[in-house]
Amino acid sequence: MSAANSSTQWCGQSVERVEDAALLTGRGRFIDDLATKPGTLHAAILRSPHGHARLAAIRTDAARALPGIAAVLTGDDIRKLSASLVVGVKAPVECWPIATDRVRYVGEPVAVVVATSRYIAEDALDLIEVDYDTLPAIVDPVAALNPTQPVLHDGLKSNLASERTFRYGEPEEAFTEAAHRIAVTIRYPRNSCTPMETYGLVAEYDPGEDAYDVLANFMGPFSLHAVMARALKVPGNRFRLRTPPDSGGSFGVKQGVFPYIVLMGVAARVTGQPVKWIEDRLEHLAASVSATNRVTTLKAAVDSDGRVRALDWDQLEDVGAHIRAPEPATLYRMHGNLTGAYDIRHVSVRNRVVLTNKTPTGLNRGFGGPQVYYALERLMQRIAVELKLDPVEVIRRNLIPSGAFPYRTATGALLDSGDYVKAFGLALQDGGFAELRQRQATARAEGRLYGIGLTAAVEPSVSNMGYITTVLTPDERRKAGPKNGAQATATISLDPLGGVTVHVSSVPQGQGHRTVLAQIVADDLGLKPSDIRVVTDFDSARDAWSIASGNYSSRFAAAVGGAAKLASGKIKAKLARTAAAQLNVAADDIEFAGGKVRARGNPDNALPFSRLAATSHWSPGLVPEENQALRETAFWSPTQLTAPTEGDEINSSLCHGFIFDFCGVEIDRVTGAARIDKYVTMHDCGTILHPGMVAGQVTGGFAHAVGAALYEEYAYGDDGSFLTGTFADYLVPTTMEVPAPVILHYETPSPFTPLGAKGVGEGNCMSTPVCLANAVADALGLDAIDLPLTPAKLAAHIHGAESTPPQQERPALAAGKGRALHGAGEAHVNASADAVWRMLLDPNTLATIIPGAHGVEKLSDTHFRADVTLGVGPVTGRYKADIRLSDLDAPRAVTLTGIVTGALGDARGAGRITLTPDEAGTRVAYDYDAAIGGKVASIGGRLLDGAAKVVIRQFFAALVRHTGGAPAKRGLFARLFGRDT
Amino acid sequence: MPRLTAGERHTVRFTLNGRAVEAQAEPRMLLTDFLRHELGATGTHVGCEHGVCGACTVEIDGVPARSCLTLAVQTDGASIRTVEGLAPEPGRLSVLQEAFRRHHALQCGFCTAGILMSLDNYLRRQPNPSEHELREFLGGHICRCTGYVPIVAAAMDAARRLRESPSDV
Ligand code: FES
Ligand code: FES
Repeated sequence: MSAANSSTQWCGQSVERVEDAALLTGRGRFIDDLATKPGTLHAAILRSPHGHARLAAIRTDAARALPGIAAVLTGDDIRKLSASLVVGVKAPVECWPIATDRVRYVGEPVAVVVATSRYIAEDALDLIEVDYDTLPAIVDPVAALNPTQPVLHDGLKSNLASERTFRYGEPEEAFTEAAHRIAVTIRYPRNSCTPMETYGLVAEYDPGEDAYDVLANFMGPFSLHAVMARALKVPGNRFRLRTPPDSGGSFGVKQGVFPYIVLMGVAARVTGQPVKWIEDRLEHLAASVSATNRVTTLKAAVDSDGRVRALDWDQLEDVGAHIRAPEPATLYRMHGNLTGAYDIRHVSVRNRVVLTNKTPTGLNRGFGGPQVYYALERLMQRIAVELKLDPVEVIRRNLIPSGAFPYRTATGALLDSGDYVKAFGLALQDGGFAELRQRQATARAEGRLYGIGLTAAVEPSVSNMGYITTVLTPDERRKAGPKNGAQATATISLDPLGGVTVHVSSVPQGQGHRTVLAQIVADDLGLKPSDIRVVTDFDSARDAWSIASGNYSSRFAAAVGGAAKLASGKIKAKLARTAAAQLNVAADDIEFAGGKVRARGNPDNALPFSRLAATSHWSPGLVPEENQALRETAFWSPTQLTAPTEGDEINSSLCHGFIFDFCGVEIDRVTGAARIDKYVTMHDCGTILHPGMVAGQVTGGFAHAVGAALYEEYAYGDDGSFLTGTFADYLVPTTMEVPAPVILHYETPSPFTPLGAKGVGEGNCMSTPVCLANAVADALGLDAIDLPLTPAKLAAHIHGAESTPPQQERPALAAGKGRALHGAGEAHVNASADAVWRMLLDPNTLATIIPGAHGVEKLSDTHFRADVTLGVGPVTGRYKADIRLSDLDAPRAVTLTGIVTGALGDARGAGRITLTPDEAGTRVAYDYDAAIGGKVASIGGRLLDGAAKVVIRQFFAALVRHTGGAPAKRGLFARLFGRDT
Repeated sequence: MPRLTAGERHTVRFTLNGRAVEAQAEPRMLLTDFLRHELGATGTHVGCEHGVCGACTVEIDGVPARSCLTLAVQTDGASIRTVEGLAPEPGRLSVLQEAFRRHHALQCGFCTAGILMSLDNYLRRQPNPSEHELREFLGGHICRCTGYVPIVAAAMDAARRLRESPSDV
């Protein structure tokens, strides 16, 4: 069924990859493997521990004084030498790669240290002191819309950064007329594909040419080249961007390197030396890039037979703390596909983009698809349940009919090819759906919790750059000028020995582009793949590229592979004319096969390919100009990708694969753990160029989806603290959790791409999470279920929510903002009230009585700062304590307000101390309220409460000791402190 | 064990893939950084630096270990094998490496070195694992590209070939 069957021989085969020998023997060339120039400096980044705070002061002197430090840069330094990154919506907001006035998410860069080694740079981070005035953090996207909530950006009136409504067909009529209205509301969580290699780059600046040269494991899109050049305030030709030969996975995520390119570009400029920065895993998890979380209400107008007449989408997209380019693209990527694989003609949409105190979002495998299909396919299951129909039938009745392709969706996508009904039927049959139902019946008869899930989806690929402009009104678009299309490039060169080299700007991160391009060109030129050398490391100053270049929207096979075929065709046509002259036949009668160029039907009348290919090098004088064949570049731009219409219809992608998945999931009654018993996934991804790689894309995407469905979530506390900052907290699936899916194919070549291929890399990230959720909902009989489907969540559904453990303390202070603590107590000391008063105000005394203090610095009579080492449970960390005295009533009472900040979190509290003289000395009483946030707050309240009590007890015990007096009777002391609650 | 001073560089000597090597390291330097940046053996990768992902796995005195949780100075005098030492000779792959290539058991290849080191050791100790045992063993490694299916297939295939002709490496 393959489009180009007759002429292909290498394409369609799972040839061994040319990439692998080097990677298997440790000879890969990843960013951190490459040699750097002597004198290259290393950067480390100080990041915000707070979700939301004003930057009151940053003191860097101690850090600068450390030997080996070349520079310490803060937001002010970066502002001086660069400009804000451009923002994709019409709103008066800026987006800097480092905090300038406020920090708005945990992990936001606050300072950059550049040093002779990474170890020294990290030493210096510990010496930087930052005063944060913390602000209430906004974590929930719905709450962020509340007008009483603080606004994240001064330029905005609210946290709503963009709102648009759309209407296609006659949705209101359909909702009035239809027999049923069925709705789902979902909260899609945050997650990320977390490639195994983190971000990395080496930046250089040449003051003589005012030019930047950056090597980074960036993946594109190169539209961001323009964003970076503008931010660095140089023309595009003075910002040279290169990529290393190997990159350790991306899945969209390495788009997010770009703000760091700007940051380190400035660092290189300031220091006058190359600056290298390799992100570590903790930085990556907290602050690289996340997929968006989204709150969606999706309503359907449904006929009694389950036919959907209209959809009403309400999507609230949470892009985190900044609208970082290319956001809000996640929300609009699927705009043409809001009806999925179904024939639904009436649609209304409300799209809102909201800002919260979380990591800014960006590209992530699936990009908008998981969020859309989770709502749509949960809805299809709800329709079946509510109307008591077979879910298989509900899908079948709504699928776009066979023979309707190319099919224009209500919202504007042109679905290129497919036979959804046929592929769906084949999947049910070949995937063994009937047996699965039997398996379920058996399991249920035995009392086990077993559910079946189904999902149909359309997988878009090769995106239309114009889709993002759908966020603008038609009027705004007219003013901005049209933006649309896609562009792929490929260059093919011949060397003096007749060797063939292919250059592309597709920036692979492990997908095997070099192998597939060699197959494509080998087929075209009658050579072996091993005769073709493919170069994929990118250089913006040397290669053919456009703003559409890069490795995203599953565009490789369809777009870049196609461009390579076109480039090869161009050079082949020239070679054929030269050969025709030499072989005395017409150019049309020349064929390329077996390493020879020969007359069709007369294989003896032939030239070796390499000799012919070298002709333009050795005897250019003999070759007419139009036949000179040294190097050809093809630019491919599909005409179907037009700009949004006046009615906001947008063909958001060129190619559309079809997916139909079904699965059986069993839930352990006791633990709530979900086990995938069987998973079948049918793909129509057009012509398959390399079956092994297609299988790898499917199993790889499936594993990401299993993680997103069952385990992964970037979780935040109510105070904006980030709770999943290590691979021990952010759980990604291993071999034990990812079964082998059954993969089926049905090929309908795309008529819009040169090779008939479509993208296949993202489909399961779109279809699988909701398919598993549908199975779980079926197993447990749930109306609503959100991801991730953790055992704890499912166990709560099985057993009812766990009763809250008895709480000893939960006073009102800072309710809902971290964990609140309250305590009171008293002690007796053998000193006069005046003497105790002096001690409390003396830094030297405080240094000896504050537990774990390394020294107390007096900033004013009532303001102290201390470095303290504290242990909370098993975790000992270094904290900075900032203590102020107020409401002084010497020598009777004083209020102590303190903030303790460290990598593990922060604590803030206020306590009133009263001194009452009695016969033998002074009675010291205290009463405090405290709130604890950040990572420590998540490690378990009991530990914290215990730790706080111990610290306070130690403080007063030391005070008592310091007065020289023995504590009052030990029993009494213990009893008094026993009053701590 | 010699007394080490924080902040000072000490000479660390060990055998790396059969060859004697030495370089300087502060006591706090991780073995990953020492291998990669002092000795230039960049085949060992760093995926998490906190002991979870397995990308940095090397063999120290015959035992697989996380080099990101090991200090360079701890390995003074040891014998260390890394991915660079797996192939029997330049231009030839080991049976396990071959199987990885045949089954497309790697995409970006970033996790691969650690997985190969673990498997190479495991298959010598357990030449005939069940798929379940193998999966359980591989649970200490994270791969974000492949979905593990081809890795498991490659390892099972390599185990079978090594059983059939034990003299191969
Ligand atoms: S880098 Fe050592 S286990 Fe991840
Ligand atoms: S091959 Fe990329 S992480 Fe395993």
